[in-house]
Amino acid sequence: MGRMLFSSQHNTANNDPFERALANRGQKFKENIFTLLVYCCAFTLPTLLVFAAYELTTKCMPTVSKFGISFLFNHDWNPVSGHFGALPFLYGTAMSSGLSLLIASFLGLGTALFLTEFSPRWIQKPLIILIQIISAIPSVVWGLWALFELIPWLQKYVVPFLKDHLGFLPFFQGNFYGVSMLSGSLVVAIMILPIMISVTIEMIKSVPSIYKEAVFALGSTHWESIRIGVLPFIKKGLLGVAILGLGRAIGEAMAVTMVIGNKPEISLSLLSPAYTLSSVLANEFAESTSELHISALYEIALLLGAITIVVNLLAQLFIHGLEPLDFTKLFGKENQKKNLS
Amino acid sequence: MRVAFYRFRKLENILVQLLCAFASFFVILPFVLILVYLIVAGASSINFDFITQLPKPIGEKGGGMANSIVGTLILMGLTFLIGTPIGILSGVFVYEYGNEKLRKIVRFSADLLNGTPSIVIGILVYGWIVSPMHGFSVMAASIALSLIFIPLVLRTTEESLLLVPKELRDAALALGIRKWKVVCYVLIETAKQGILSGILVALARIAGETAPLLFTAFGNQYWTYRLDEPISALPLQIFEYAISPYEQWHRDAWAGALVLLLLIFLLHLSVRILLKKKS
Amino acid sequence: MTNKSPFSYPSHPSNPDSNPTGPFAFEIRDLNVWFGTKQSLFNISMNIFYQQILAIIGPSGCGKSTFLRCLNRMHELSPGVRVEGSVKLMGKEIYAADVDPTLIRRRVGMVFQKSTPFPTMSIEENVLIGLKLAGIRNRSFLEERLEQSLRMAALWDEVKDRLEAPGTSLSGGQQQRLCIARAIAVQPEVLLMDEPCSALDPIATAQIEELIVSLKKNYTIVLVTHNLQEAGKTSDYTAFFLGGKLIEMDSTKKLFTNPRHKFTEDYITGRFG
Repeated sequence: MGRMLFSSQHNTANNDPFERALANRGQKFKENIFTLLVYCCAFTLPTLLVFAAYELTTKCMPTVSKFGISFLFNHDWNPVSGHFGALPFLYGTAMSSGLSLLIASFLGLGTALFLTEFSPRWIQKPLIILIQIISAIPSVVWGLWALFELIPWLQKYVVPFLKDHLGFLPFFQGNFYGVSMLSGSLVVAIMILPIMISVTIEMIKSVPSIYKEAVFALGSTHWESIRIGVLPFIKKGLLGVAILGLGRAIGEAMAVTMVIGNKPEISLSLLSPAYTLSSVLANEFAESTSELHISALYEIALLLGAITIVVNLLAQLFIHGLEPLDFTKLFGKENQKKNLS
Repeated sequence: MRVAFYRFRKLENILVQLLCAFASFFVILPFVLILVYLIVAGASSINFDFITQLPKPIGEKGGGMANSIVGTLILMGLTFLIGTPIGILSGVFVYEYGNEKLRKIVRFSADLLNGTPSIVIGILVYGWIVSPMHGFSVMAASIALSLIFIPLVLRTTEESLLLVPKELRDAALALGIRKWKVVCYVLIETAKQGILSGILVALARIAGETAPLLFTAFGNQYWTYRLDEPISALPLQIFEYAISPYEQWHRDAWAGALVLLLLIFLLHLSVRILLKKKS
Repeated sequence: MTNKSPFSYPSHPSNPDSNPTGPFAFEIRDLNVWFGTKQSLFNISMNIFYQQILAIIGPSGCGKSTFLRCLNRMHELSPGVRVEGSVKLMGKEIYAADVDPTLIRRRVGMVFQKSTPFPTMSIEENVLIGLKLAGIRNRSFLEERLEQSLRMAALWDEVKDRLEAPGTSLSGGQQQRLCIARAIAVQPEVLLMDEPCSALDPIATAQIEELIVSLKKNYTIVLVTHNLQEAGKTSDYTAFFLGGKLIEMDSTKKLFTNPRHKFTEDYITGRFG
């Protein structure tokens, strides 16, 4: 192989194209450029987030200084007279997302259990694929469907039934014009169901089946084996899934805007129209002209952003344990062990 | 006594199973209904004009959404061009570069942005680009969509890279290959199927986004080829037609929804094929 | 008894059996390594002979892999690692501030426990990747290197008709030889091998061991192994590590027949580890 015995001095270096290529200073330069590029790209998002926080907080200053904390508790929203209070939207968002979450978590858990445990095998795969397909349907299409399919159906069958049997409750008082809190919550519930079901199914499947089998071996029924051998292991995760769904429900704009009625009023009745934080943004932001109106909308955007961030952080906390976002720590530890051996 | 308890347990078992089946029925039924209805309503209103013609004023027969279809494709293309390099390189960063703290910051920002409602992103981009430039624009819309797109690509890039055995990276570095070449030619190369499918899924997601377009793309009844002009997109047009009072526009909205869904399913289908090929 | 023996520095008496004055590929002095706050190597000092095979043995967790990774600065890839001390490769300090670790790794190749052919590349691409990514386009040079490396790795006859096949289509032993071919294609001076046979069946292991011995002609080899027979069969010198410390280093024959330390004796007679 024609190598010199002592290559430490690299006397032969310049005759070897490989040596020359590596010693090329341009290589090191390219490496540095690439590293710089990676850093720039990676810090685009954090930088933009800082700008975003700055943007929202400065632009909402006029309303903050005019109304202060009362902005949150005032239920008067009138761009014409210049009165702005966010309470109807806060109430609408809380009510619609809470209601949709209530519906979706029970239906979601039931469906996930059915699709993993109780249903015949041949039905599972097509249904799971169906759920995946459904989760890809965009918000605006759900709105379209709710407007022309769900609402007429509610009007024809569901609401008369509710009024006949539960009409004495404050939730089902008043006239039903179609667009309402009920329609909004239902469509949001249907929208957040696919993702909740998928994540729940993943979680149920991730529990080692030995626990379930062990409970089975003690002579339990199928449900008992799940209650004792599966559900306790995913309790925290289920909470996380619910909060994840809540985050989606709160941030959802288009479908809700299309069916909730967009009336800044607070009413206990689910049959009357309402308004949410995101739908007031969708409706009024492009048309607002007065400085105070714009500022009020920015404050609503800030509120909406802050609420969803808190909710998402909570979801992370529950899904990934008490240390949110900390995957690398796990991986890092694993690597260290490998290196030591 | 024991027999009675046993009966109760059996009953409970059956009851829970029935409840679960019931829940599934109530979930699956609307899913099937919406799919069927979309296809029926969409297919009955769609025609050749719809995909080749501009929208016509109300009252005139014919007309279509050609400009919105092209608009959506343009926006997807631009978002892809802006978001892919940034997303992949940030994914590489959180996998390989910086220190623990910096990676955490980047990953955390991506998660925050991913959780931010898309309508808020629209408002932010309005303040950053639309209002300083005094006009809605294609550029603003694709930047708003990129802000949704990048965190998704970042995450899938990182996850795909984590699936590459660490030994491959070590082996490549041990050959005396420069780190950036190891990243480009070994790590990304090995993880490319995962990254690519992540990009396709993210594209499918932004194709249907409406809220951030309201204040950035705004919509347009005509063709646009300029980056500084408003542009129409399918979801925007569907929204506008759906809340209009005209029967004919409602039909167009259904047709538009069908086209949009076909586009999204096509992307998801290609992901499936891509991942099948792998295994 | 001369005092130039590689094993003696700084505390052990020298060994007359070995080549006492031989040139050293590595001169290591007072090497300490920490993972975070935990120290995993303590004051390692040794010399590694040029174009000889050094086997490093010891129970798992004794720091032998860590030591190996310090010789081509691979440990820098693990988070939280700190190194102190001096490692000289052919008389030059590899931990000096102006030294580019990439160039060190180019001169000190490495073969891993798990065979790691790049899954997206063919056999040919796998062997040539190191050269190609260094920017070499010269076709005849590459072809020459390809054949040369595969022949040296005793793989040429088995794969010469299917160089376009993916590297992962080979058998386990062939994959490991492919990795060796890949490592020697860039013509390093030293080959570090981290338990290269531990995942292989006996026949493949025998082939690789034979290959290691034949590579001695051109390379300095440092072989980490938990298999004492393998160390005995292949190496010229053996070092025994325990708890992050170098307990004993000697010619293989001497260490296995007449160890000086009780720990070494216990280990090679199978009383622990």
